[in-house]
Amino acid sequence: MRAMVYRGPYKIRVEEKDIPKIEHPNDAIIRVTTGAICGSDLHLYHGMMPDTRVGTTFGHEFVGVVHQVGSSVQNLIPGDRVMVPFNVYCGSCWFCSRGLYSNCHNVNPNATAVGGIYGYSHTCGGYDGGQAEFVRVPFADVGPSRIPDWMDEEDAVLLTDALPTGYFGAQLGDIVEGDTVVVFGAGPVGLFAAKSAWLMGAGRVIVIDHLDYRLEKARSFAHAETFNFAEYDDIVVHLKKETDYLGADVVIDAVGAEADGNFLQHVTASKLKLQGGSPVALNWAIDSVRKGGTVSVVGAYGPIFSAVKFGDAVNKGLTLRMNQCPVKRQWPRLFEHIRNGYLKPSDLVTHRIPLEHIAEGYHLFSAKLDNVIKPLIISTTA
Amino acid sequence: MTEPATPYMASKKATPESSVALRARIPGWGVDLDPKDRPSFPREQPGIETGAHWKFPDRQPEMQPRERSIEHAMLTPAFGTSAPLKGASGAIRGHAYRRYSEGRAAHWLLLIAADRVDAWENHLKSFATLRPDNPITETGIGSEFSGNGLKSRTGKRVDANHSWLDPVIVAGPWVLAGLGAAAVLRAVRGRP
Repeated sequence: MRAMVYRGPYKIRVEEKDIPKIEHPNDAIIRVTTGAICGSDLHLYHGMMPDTRVGTTFGHEFVGVVHQVGSSVQNLIPGDRVMVPFNVYCGSCWFCSRGLYSNCHNVNPNATAVGGIYGYSHTCGGYDGGQAEFVRVPFADVGPSRIPDWMDEEDAVLLTDALPTGYFGAQLGDIVEGDTVVVFGAGPVGLFAAKSAWLMGAGRVIVIDHLDYRLEKARSFAHAETFNFAEYDDIVVHLKKETDYLGADVVIDAVGAEADGNFLQHVTASKLKLQGGSPVALNWAIDSVRKGGTVSVVGAYGPIFSAVKFGDAVNKGLTLRMNQCPVKRQWPRLFEHIRNGYLKPSDLVTHRIPLEHIAEGYHLFSAKLDNVIKPLIISTTA
Repeated sequence: MTEPATPYMASKKATPESSVALRARIPGWGVDLDPKDRPSFPREQPGIETGAHWKFPDRQPEMQPRERSIEHAMLTPAFGTSAPLKGASGAIRGHAYRRYSEGRAAHWLLLIAADRVDAWENHLKSFATLRPDNPITETGIGSEFSGNGLKSRTGKRVDANHSWLDPVIVAGPWVLAGLGAAAVLRAVRGRP
């Protein structure tokens, strides 16, 4: 089969690999029809995530058709069209049995602090991902679901991570009616978080980024007020002024490890790998939320220490909430919202890139060229 | 005297947009208003239905020794097999897993160091194959032309202050390696 393969920081190529085999009785092999590049894939691509091995295939956002199932699989048969949450999880450990699917303890021998994620380094379990023609999906009776007949394939692929994570980010904010919500980051997750904040009754939604084309999307897609932080000497002070010096009730960090806005933070994290992530957006979130407010973190950070302004969080009495999204718990409500027309995730798709050209796709997304927001990967088997 | 700003008083000064206006302006405004009626609430729901039909999963056969965190009591029942440990990078990674817990900086810093060693091991190995690494095609730099590289970089983008480092990071080691190889060749040729 053809598969994207990591060759080292900033370098990938498409290679011929063996079709994955059933390695566990509850495995399924999925023939991928559509995948996506996630902003968090860029942290791998840039070599930031520890134990990202040459030869692995990235990709945790994908949908496809069941090709083969293991001996204990009961819920899927070959030929089913399925969407697969980015979480690899067993459904039965201490954490899964309480609904903490993203914190599964049975799928990742390499770390206890993180569950399993497809194509996201050995730190997340060492599973190959879906930027390939085929992918192994463990615990096929637990994670994947059949794609409803009425659902568009591009909406389905955005339901495997970006939309549920954005919605989850808003939910972690514990938004109550009339709240002022600030979202740092106008990538797909931030845009979905902004849109979701309205569903939860926000009175005002403000999106911050430095890319004007993405801020334009925040206004048209998410009905948000926007500010380009590059235009302000100090975005925190500006947000204080915008909220009559109170601060926002809820701030969502939808940026994560490669945040811009502070040269030293960005370079020590993204280029020199001396921090688990550049906490610029997180620090701005801590500083711009009101005392007693809530900071929700859905941006991805690596496991190494980061220079976070924790003292301010303590002194302001903040509630900090965060996790990787337990995708399948969000699905029933999100399916409803898509059916009712409140959400149309595929509106954020800007590029459809053939698998064979994925190296160009990564560079385009990494360098934010051509007004890219969400690039999909079209498999050669689609 | 002007009225003090909001935090110096008990209530917000600004009148928020009414819920009626918001509902008319934003499709779906307030449909998830009740925090108790949102997905993943409460966060922990003991006994939640997951589809698992086992108390403890079958164990994936360990076809070769599989490294694991020493914070795990055992090898997990399922695990990825995408790139087993090998070479010098494998030795460093194996040491990081055997010796240091996830709570130790040494664990992660060794893994990061092993990643760099891994990349160079594989770059060098690729030169003995019919498909050596090609930094031009593998970096996807072609999208600078197809994706309006110059035009895309206009405007107030703050990443301009560090994006010049990317080519240095990518090409720098190759240039240094090339210069090193040339120096070795010159030295060898220069010998009597």
